Amino acid sequence: MVSVCFYFQLHQPYRLNKYQVFDIGRAKNYFDDMKNIGVLQKVAGKCYLPSNKMMLELIRKTDEKFKVSYSMTGVLFEQLRDHAPEVIQSFQDLSKTGNVEFLSETYYHSLSFLFSKGEFKEQINMHKRLIKKEFKQIPTIFRNTELVYNNELANFIENMGYKGILGEGADHILQWRSPNFLYRPKTTRKIKLLLKNYKLSDDVAFRFSSRDWNEWPLNAEKYAAWINAVNGNGNVVNLFLDYETLGEHQWEDTGIFEFFKQLPFEILKNNDNNFMTPSEVVKNYDTVSELDVHNIVSWADVERDLSAWIGNNMQMLAIRKLYEVGQEIIQTRNEEFANLWRRLQTSDHFYYMCTKWFNDGDVHKYFNPYDTPHDAFIAYMNVLADLKIRIKNWRLENEKKNFERRSRKNLARL
Amino acid sequence: MFGWELPPLYSGGLGIACHGLTKGLSRQDVKITFVLPSGQKDIKQDYMNIVFADSETSEDVKIIQINSILTPYLNSKEYNEKVNYLKSLAGNEAFIYGSSLASEVTRYTKAAAKIALNEEFDIIHCHDWMTFGAGILAQETSLKKGKRKPLIVQVHATEIDRTGDNPNNFIYQMEKYGMERADKIIAVSNYLKNVITHYYFINPDKIEVVHNAIEFGDYECDETFNLNKNYKIVLFLGRVTLQKGPDYFLKAAKRILDVRDDVRFVVAGNGDMWFRIVEESANLGIGDKVFFTAFLNREGTNRAFKLADLVVVPSVSEPFGIVPLEAIRHGAPVIVSKQSGVIEVVNSCLTVDFWDVDEMANKILGILDNNVLYNELKENGKKELEHVTWDNSAKKCIEVYNHVLGGGKW
Repeated sequence: MVSVCFYFQLHQPYRLNKYQVFDIGRAKNYFDDMKNIGVLQKVAGKCYLPSNKMMLELIRKTDEKFKVSYSMTGVLFEQLRDHAPEVIQSFQDLSKTGNVEFLSETYYHSLSFLFSKGEFKEQINMHKRLIKKEFKQIPTIFRNTELVYNNELANFIENMGYKGILGEGADHILQWRSPNFLYRPKTTRKIKLLLKNYKLSDDVAFRFSSRDWNEWPLNAEKYAAWINAVNGNGNVVNLFLDYETLGEHQWEDTGIFEFFKQLPFEILKNNDNNFMTPSEVVKNYDTVSELDVHNIVSWADVERDLSAWIGNNMQMLAIRKLYEVGQEIIQTRNEEFANLWRRLQTSDHFYYMCTKWFNDGDVHKYFNPYDTPHDAFIAYMNVLADLKIRIKNWRLENEKKNFERRSRKNLARL
Repeated sequence: MFGWELPPLYSGGLGIACHGLTKGLSRQDVKITFVLPSGQKDIKQDYMNIVFADSETSEDVKIIQINSILTPYLNSKEYNEKVNYLKSLAGNEAFIYGSSLASEVTRYTKAAAKIALNEEFDIIHCHDWMTFGAGILAQETSLKKGKRKPLIVQVHATEIDRTGDNPNNFIYQMEKYGMERADKIIAVSNYLKNVITHYYFINPDKIEVVHNAIEFGDYECDETFNLNKNYKIVLFLGRVTLQKGPDYFLKAAKRILDVRDDVRFVVAGNGDMWFRIVEESANLGIGDKVFFTAFLNREGTNRAFKLADLVVVPSVSEPFGIVPLEAIRHGAPVIVSKQSGVIEVVNSCLTVDFWDVDEMANKILGILDNNVLYNELKENGKKELEHVTWDNSAKKCIEVYNHVLGGGKW
């Protein structure tokens, strides 16, 4: 028996304006609305809408045997709500089929787990409320931003009541083990760990249209055969992908949609195979052993660590300074400030500052709205400086008001 | 005159100086044929005439452009990058420019010599090494036509200043050859005169000093910045290269930010050290208190000066330095490195050795915290500038012209 478990990530950040030093203190719009709306509408047209339509058809045509799960960030949801509500509608339609599961994550696609546990918990709960309200589901499975994972996280998430958690099936944590089983994270009692089968996932995500790849061209039959091969030495094949793989990273003319339309039928040709959502996987399978992941893993780059977001001093400084103002922002109880601060936590901002292959130019560049990581750093720090000034002025204003109120009270008493 | 960039296309002081001096000369009835490279920028001729329109005898300046991608301060590496970029746009066959910096300079030199053949002139005056070859060829052309015309090379900066004792030999040799062939050398400061005698072994009697100056005019920026309400702003403005000492500026910033939180720093400009300096601000942990702008145009520069409470020019070696004059004109006090020629013409600034970071930090706070000193520097500086005019520089330059025309040897 092999269960195929699809999970697609859905996320778009609020990209920043090229905020100038001259604008610091002027409280101009931090976000590049034109760019953000442009990207959103492009991706909605090329990926979200056609893919959702395809998923709905696949569920119907397979007599509801096909299943799929999504993790949608709050920041994407807000942008869709404001600029492409038809996409939300199509996700709600999918949710109603009962074959589509929404996972839990941080509302702002943040790395808050590493910097503030309180903030982390708050963002998970915000996201949970959103999913419940919009998709009428209560998520029981958690996936952290960029699949950042370790024992401590699993323990924390278990204590929040979750039944399962997603992680990267990186070689260095698995060693001789297979990603096609469930594991029990060390330091936990019940929570189950689903690991990404990165080879099969990346065959679609990265290699699908690569003519240098000796398996090119990939068709559904061949891919189903690779999944069949797991039969007998695994329970589940976890295919974790960015949703934009469909139609955006792999353009329509690569044949990605045709591939996907055939895939469920090819997989179901073997009666031993089926599709499951992560919560079904957790319900149906037991863990085979404990897995000890002390150091953090993620799903990024060959290093599978945090170096894409906090690998250089620009990134470290930016994120440290961001969380330094956290306490102060929470104390203002000002929703606008909190929202701005949280949007600045989105991991993409730090990804843009990555210098790992700055000189070669590569995938980092493709996703980067800035010319260089240094430009990203500068825009970010300028925005942060502006936010700090706004908070300071707001506080001074408030203190003044309080003082006046107290003085009036005292006068009245006299 | 073989000159450089005209407004608003300045990439640095060289263009500003050429333009200022030319205007000053034309106001004193010197007729000038101004030759400059202007490859990709494609300046319109009617615009070019406007550039000198405010001088009284604008018809006395004739401008000739040579299609070349040379720009001031270009080094070999940057040139190669530019060539590759242009080739990627135009394709190999359409590419007319030299494949290396040296060959492009040679190409420019030959084109300039052709111009000399058709133009009438009494004196050849060229600015910095890339034009020296053009000047020498123009002189040879004049000799063939019957009368050898005197050659004046004006030095704004040498390879020694730019690279800090690590010169590119080709450029050094080109500079030295031009200086040796010239009838007279104009240096923009005594500081530079010393460099020329020490490193190029030129007889000091052959060198005349004509200081740069500054144009007064409509440079006001009436914008106000909220950043000023919250912090004192210290500005570095210039190319972010070894010569300008941006790394010392950062170190001084670090010293100050270790003890104070009411000061912020701005680094305006770009250059080959820019990436390193941005990263270094993060390494030092002050990246949230040092702000960067990339290259600023005229308008942007004016805004930066307006934003600044104080300007620091920590150049490792600065033959003249127009930035301090501009800062003073905008009413910002300045701290200038002792390795700068500009301190020969203004006294209302504080000086510091570029490497003495402690003292630099000390003086920055000294000015920011002392209103009397602050206003003193601001007011007196403006007064001093009244005498630092291009008309005065042009007068001295004309003296040099008369000297060589009178057959005066050095």
